[in-house]
Amino acid sequence: MENTTRVKSEEMIGRIDGRLMKNKVIKGIFLTATAFTSIILIVLLYRIISQGAPYLSWDFFQNFASRRPEQAGIKAAVIGTLWMMSVVIPTAAILGVGTAIYLEEYAKKNALTRWIQMNISNLAGVPSVVFGLLGLTIFVRVFGFGNSVLAAGFTMALLVLPVVIVASQEAIRAVPNELKEASFGLGATKWQTIYRVVLPYAIPGIATGSILAFSRAIGETAPLIVVGIPTFVAFLPSGYLDSFTALPMQIYNWTSRPQVDFHNLAAAGIIILLGVLILMNSVAVWIRNRYQAR
Amino acid sequence: MKPVKVLTLSALLGSALLLGACSDDADTGATGEGAGDAQLQGEISIDGSSTVYPIAEAVAEEFMLEQPDVKVTVGLSGTGGGFEKFIAGETQLTNASRPIKDEESKALADAGVEFTELELAYDGLSVVVNKDNDWVDQLTVDELKKLWLDNGSTKKWSDIREGWPEEEIKFYSPGTDSGTFDYFDEVILDGGQIDKSATLSEDDNVLVQGVTGDANAIGYFGYAYYLENKDNVKVVPIVNEAGDAVEPNAETIESGEYAPLSRPLFTYVSNAAIKDDEAVAAYTQFTLENASVLAEDVGYVSLPEEKYTEQLETLEGLK
Repeated sequence: MENTTRVKSEEMIGRIDGRLMKNKVIKGIFLTATAFTSIILIVLLYRIISQGAPYLSWDFFQNFASRRPEQAGIKAAVIGTLWMMSVVIPTAAILGVGTAIYLEEYAKKNALTRWIQMNISNLAGVPSVVFGLLGLTIFVRVFGFGNSVLAAGFTMALLVLPVVIVASQEAIRAVPNELKEASFGLGATKWQTIYRVVLPYAIPGIATGSILAFSRAIGETAPLIVVGIPTFVAFLPSGYLDSFTALPMQIYNWTSRPQVDFHNLAAAGIIILLGVLILMNSVAVWIRNRYQAR
Repeated sequence: MKPVKVLTLSALLGSALLLGACSDDADTGATGEGAGDAQLQGEISIDGSSTVYPIAEAVAEEFMLEQPDVKVTVGLSGTGGGFEKFIAGETQLTNASRPIKDEESKALADAGVEFTELELAYDGLSVVVNKDNDWVDQLTVDELKKLWLDNGSTKKWSDIREGWPEEEIKFYSPGTDSGTFDYFDEVILDGGQIDKSATLSEDDNVLVQGVTGDANAIGYFGYAYYLENKDNVKVVPIVNEAGDAVEPNAETIESGEYAPLSRPLFTYVSNAAIKDDEAVAAYTQFTLENASVLAEDVGYVSLPEEKYTEQLETLEGLK
């Protein structure tokens, strides 16, 4: 009797080493994974910053594109991207959050809504070129917007819409039922409850998900090329039906040029693009913190 | 929890961006207005080949210095994509790195668009090999065919000419959507299948890197890319019809000695646009008057002077 227990505990002590070993190996694997991604990121950032930083100057922001690398600037692209996002953000936010509210709060859970839900999830995986073709057919040709800010903005809004919807749905679903029931219990209508209880609670989640989606719209090139957005534009748009160019178009063009100077300009353009993305992500963080605090 | 804040939040994001855009807009609105009767107004949209793009960009840049109220935009949908927009009447000019195809000119006729073909410059497709490749001294068109046409198996240098090393050849070619590929297809492949092992890329810089990094590589791309990478790759002289092995350079490309891989670069312009729109007519004229200098500026080879003069006369007839 006593003998067997001793053997068992000895066995267990023997196994502990093995388990600790396993623990170390697994930890090592995860650490390698993290280090690998970080190193790639650092190398990329280092390369781009060392290539592009010397080209970042006030003139770079003030000048239009040029055949002479030393005179070329990114003004039209930066302003064009801002114009485009001023269409994408309200369109995608209003349609996306609206759809999410309807699906989560109003729609009956039946075969039809399940079918809609499935389609939304599938849309999120459709290649962006397809959205470009859709934009070219509908907004550029049928609606006659031409290669304008509006056409590109709507196309990009459609591209990110599924992600905005799914993110907003998740956020709305996370609102505790008790809160909603309390609101109903006080005599609030459905809309009052959504407006005063559900949305304020869900805003941090909606904002985080949406802004990640909007960041995608800033970086996409393929749909813009298909829609026919020009690359050389030496003026700023004065309305939503004007032509414009966007950051990724300009960067894409510069990287494919033969001259090394243009490749460096492209790196400078990428730094600007990264800057815009970091700015947007900071806004997301700010919104989350602000609303979570209350 | 004030509901107002929820609304302001979404409005805030959009309007902040809008404001930024508007304030920058104010400073361009005032320039060039009432600067005399020579000032034209209008919008010109140009699209097409990314090979021709640098020339078009240079022309547009210079033109807008003279005519700031004419808004010129240049896109790079590629030669085929450009024609598609030209057929739809969405552009007044379209750039092409190959002559128009029969089906494209038929579609234009169906759409009722009359057009004129203008040559802007020459490009010499440069066949290049790795710097360490000391065996390839020149290539004939037949050897190029043998190299690039798919024969169902992998090729070694020794298959092309006796005495060359028994090493597998790596191929780098522009993507099949590009006008550059189309031209090579026409003069070398003759519609045949390009070697299936070839690496295809729309970005010629990728081809340059591929050839630079592999001793057994061969590739081809526009002259401007060779010019920028002279120190990294070795250009192969091509034997022309007269039997001379000729290297691509400004003189041999312009004189036509570098054959058959010299190709003209085109822009196609809508006749109706020239007739009805003074800005388009002025722009086209400006293009022909300055293409020679600007094309050389961006790494292409200008046409002989009389070619531009001839085309300017054609243009006069269209106005």
